[in-house]
Amino acid sequence: MKVTAIQHKYMTRAFWEERLRNIIPELRDQLISYRRSGAAPGVFRSMVLKEVGDHFRSWRVIILMVIILLTCIGSLYTALTAISDTGSAGNSDETFFFLHLFTLSDGSLPPFFVFIGFLGPLLGISLGFDAVNSEQNRGTLSRLLAQPIPRDYVINAKFVAALLVIALLFFVLSFTVIGAGLLTLGIPPTPSEFMRILSFMLLSIVYVALWLNLSVYFSVRFRQPATSALAGIAVWLFFTVFYPLIANLLIKAAAPSPYASGRSVYLFERFRFLLMQVMPNELYSQATSTLLMPSVRSLGPLTMEQMEGAIPGPLPLGQSLLLVWPQLTGLISLTIFCFILSYLAFMRREIRSR
Amino acid sequence: MQSSTIEITHITRKYGDFTAVDNLTLSIGKGEVFGLLGPNGAGKSTTILMLMGLTEPSSGSMRICGLDPVRQPIEVKKKVGYLPEDVGFYDDLTGPENLVYTARLNGIPEREAEERALLLMRRVGLGEEMDKKAGKYSRGMRQRLGLADVLMKDPEVIILDEPTLGIDPSGIRDFLGLIVSLSREEGITVLFSSHHLHQVQQVCDRVGIFVKGRLLAQGDIASLARQLFADSDESGQEYGLEDIYYRYFEGESKDESNSHSA
Repeated sequence: MKVTAIQHKYMTRAFWEERLRNIIPELRDQLISYRRSGAAPGVFRSMVLKEVGDHFRSWRVIILMVIILLTCIGSLYTALTAISDTGSAGNSDETFFFLHLFTLSDGSLPPFFVFIGFLGPLLGISLGFDAVNSEQNRGTLSRLLAQPIPRDYVINAKFVAALLVIALLFFVLSFTVIGAGLLTLGIPPTPSEFMRILSFMLLSIVYVALWLNLSVYFSVRFRQPATSALAGIAVWLFFTVFYPLIANLLIKAAAPSPYASGRSVYLFERFRFLLMQVMPNELYSQATSTLLMPSVRSLGPLTMEQMEGAIPGPLPLGQSLLLVWPQLTGLISLTIFCFILSYLAFMRREIRSR
Repeated sequence: MQSSTIEITHITRKYGDFTAVDNLTLSIGKGEVFGLLGPNGAGKSTTILMLMGLTEPSSGSMRICGLDPVRQPIEVKKKVGYLPEDVGFYDDLTGPENLVYTARLNGIPEREAEERALLLMRRVGLGEEMDKKAGKYSRGMRQRLGLADVLMKDPEVIILDEPTLGIDPSGIRDFLGLIVSLSREEGITVLFSSHHLHQVQQVCDRVGIFVKGRLLAQGDIASLARQLFADSDESGQEYGLEDIYYRYFEGESKDESNSHSA
């Protein structure tokens, strides 16, 4: 009897309406009490603003911006010459003409998205490598922690500020490319092209945030900014240069003979695909190329049966996103993992003066 | 109990096998200037970090302004100003700008913060250095700016860790004079850590002698002298802190040589 009474209570509409009505004031009260128990309101905002200001005043960020702006102009130029060379080739990407700005190249310079994939890690590392240790070396960290702010504000403010700088940079760059394309090509991007460019930008921001978090972790871990910068660059070099070498060795060793069965060839291809998937830069380049080239229909190995009956043609955005969903979640979870790592390392650290 | 601002009971802090602070019990009254005296590595800084809630004690309990630094570190930091040893500032901001940033972190309104920053700059004797970037300040100037920084939040207690390092002798006199006047006029409790005997003797109402994580003695200088030299022949003589200090050290080093030979 009792059980039915309880079920009955949960089943009524009035009960849930009551719950929903109460949930928002409850959340609001909790938020207010959280804020009252802690720092004064607006403190986090002024910390972030100060960090952003520091970034824009520093030579490091100015130099980075100039480098990235130059490469952007360079790759835009090569894309435009490539587009005028090919003219109106009758391929299936014809409807996505505007995206060529980001993906095409006449061969003298890599296209825009490859450039961002290459410079993104550098940008992330250079924004974060001295986040915590330089404050400690200057003796400002212990002074900062003696103020009535929760400790995680320090590291959160640094992360948010760097992320804002990155987001601003990427939005400015992409919109510049779009604007230049509009002027020179004379055709506007379609809504779906615009959405693809937007998701490319968001993905790039996540990718740079991954390297940012990694270098913030190194800045907590290592006392000298030079060491933490080197550690970040070492990880980046490992994944861009050495890991592919090692992976190639493994792949060569495991390569089946030309007379091997179809199944073992398939397994070998899957193994090769998996080995490559470990690299964050590979995840990023797969995801971006799929997003920017709607004709990309698959990433892993496919059998002839799977290909049968497929009509070559561009995928809609939703399907492209679905195709790179594992890469996207992989990148986002790696980013979150690096953030948690640096967060925990910072929170556990005992801060002494200098 | 109500009158003591800092109340430390049986605090121990261990780092692995090393005991930095060993069963410390200490109470400091309101408006008092208390000197923590001891050699380098005696556990003075660790005690201060624990009081600020920057590190947790292994055992024992503390109250500062009636608050528990382990559970309410943010509330404690609203009332307690801490000047770390060899304090640093943001080099590309001027002195007053650095102070205003501290005020923002404390939630002080902008207008009030700017007025207060200028006032405190003059008070610590940096009235001439208003437009200079903090990166150009000398060490002694940084230390004085540090005191102004601590005073921005209008604290009830200030904790100074070796504050006079790097200040020239006449600067030290001004600095110490300022601390004494703060304590007398505004009733601020001051905890002052140093290994300079003369400075501690000049300003502190009471002194605690700290060696190897233990508080060996506490009290005002006269009573410490009485405690120590009561049984000696020269009981009529005036003793300074120096005599007391060395007496303790000699005792310590004797203990050590005994234990080594045993």
